[in-house]
Amino acid sequence: MHLILFFLFAGLCLAGAINLLLQSHPINSALSLIVVMTSLAVLYLLLGAEFLAAAQIIVYSGAIMVLFTFVVMLLNAGREERTLGSRAARIVGFPAVAALLAVLATLILRAHGLGAAALNQGITSTQDLSRVLFHALLLPFEVTSVLVLIAILGAVVLARRDPDEPSGNRERTAAE
Amino acid sequence: MTILAFFLWSLLKVAVVTVVMLLGVAYTVLLERKVVGRIQNRWGPSRVGPFGLLQPLVDGAKSFLKEDLIPTGVYRPLYLLAPIIALGCALISIAVVPFGAPGIGPHGLDLFEISNVNIGLLVILGVTSIGVYGIALAGWSSNNKYSLLGALRSSAQLISYELALGLSLVGVVLRAGSFNLRTIVEQQATKGIATWNVFGGFQFLAFFIYLMAAYAETNRSPFDLPEAESELTGGYHTEYSSMKFAMFFMAEYANMINVGCVATLLFFGGWTSPFGDLIPPPQNIFVQALVPIFWFVAKVFCFLFLYIWVRGTLPRFRYDQLMNFGWRVLMPLAILNIVGTSLWLAYR
Repeated sequence: MHLILFFLFAGLCLAGAINLLLQSHPINSALSLIVVMTSLAVLYLLLGAEFLAAAQIIVYSGAIMVLFTFVVMLLNAGREERTLGSRAARIVGFPAVAALLAVLATLILRAHGLGAAALNQGITSTQDLSRVLFHALLLPFEVTSVLVLIAILGAVVLARRDPDEPSGNRERTAAE
Repeated sequence: MTILAFFLWSLLKVAVVTVVMLLGVAYTVLLERKVVGRIQNRWGPSRVGPFGLLQPLVDGAKSFLKEDLIPTGVYRPLYLLAPIIALGCALISIAVVPFGAPGIGPHGLDLFEISNVNIGLLVILGVTSIGVYGIALAGWSSNNKYSLLGALRSSAQLISYELALGLSLVGVVLRAGSFNLRTIVEQQATKGIATWNVFGGFQFLAFFIYLMAAYAETNRSPFDLPEAESELTGGYHTEYSSMKFAMFFMAEYANMINVGCVATLLFFGGWTSPFGDLIPPPQNIFVQALVPIFWFVAKVFCFLFLYIWVRGTLPRFRYDQLMNFGWRVLMPLAILNIVGTSLWLAYR
């Protein structure tokens, strides 16, 4: 049963990812990305990580992708122009990707001490997860939150307009 | 219990709950028309059947028989997908809602809940957050400026209020220590009305925030800007007709019922009686099964009535007022509530 579901949703995930690249309209790509995220959530669920699955759907498929589609709709982005790709990308790109994949695959296959992900048969409850997160891993967790805060501050600084800027200039920027 | 029996029972539960939910949607529409009619000093529908009780059936038949217009300018795949997403997500949430007492049913089966999951509350939040796409895509794919404006307003409104909504529920989760809806209900049901989260749990601030945010989430008055008739003709469903329009309509009312269910479960003791154990439990097994369902439906009905009452009395917000209220009032209040509840739980 788990295996059937795994192949079903892994397939869906891959199909969504490929569709994401092939679609020329941004909104279709965004929707494919939602399919990818949601299938990933199901895969998490199959691993028994129920909180992670729910958070994946609420945060990624729900909040972040709604913002993406919102921006696409707001800017009314048109169809992407199809180019045939530069020659350099074709000559250098494909071998480089293949080489990178080979290196990564060898490393993963070689490695034994990756640490056993505690995939006991049961379900990792939210309580267990939060106990690990707020006891054993408290420092990394808090450091990550500071990192996110810095990112937010950066976004605010980038988006903020200069208050001394004359208003006519600002209107022109808005009109553009 | 065998897999087959489980499968058949689940199928039966899903069928019954879906039918009841759709009937509930149909009669909520009638209730709204009746109550708003009385508020405006008129009768509301009264011709079809006794007291107009057959009106929803006739309305449904009418939507089916109307011509299904699809404008030429629409982006067809998404135009057709949008109402399905909206209605589908609205009907899925009920799957994790427990509406009756546990432990009654054959073979230890939970008869009064389709699926008892550990993360029930998160499932409801997740499904609600996916439901936004129905409205957003409907407005965008219609290729009409009024629809697009409605969809943009709706997306912005939902993103803003979903935060306050999620944060308002944290206090309840902190008190129960679980996302499981049955645990949350049982934790507050020990002494009836005195231990309900909204009174004994001191979560009335959270309840207020939840109610406001939920009204905005379901696009209901006074936050019904996405379909403000006087400004946007019909908002995101301007270009929809016949059954596709009816699907959006049903999704809106199904979401109202969902909000009523969640508020009942989280703040008002779910299926338990408000008198706690003052009244001894009945001996008859059928009465034992039916009394909790009565309480649950009665509580949800109160919320639906409140929805309609608010719609009949309050005017619509202006857009900037809506955004200010969401970000500058509800969000800080919700965070305050979390801090307060945590401190109270820590030093109790």
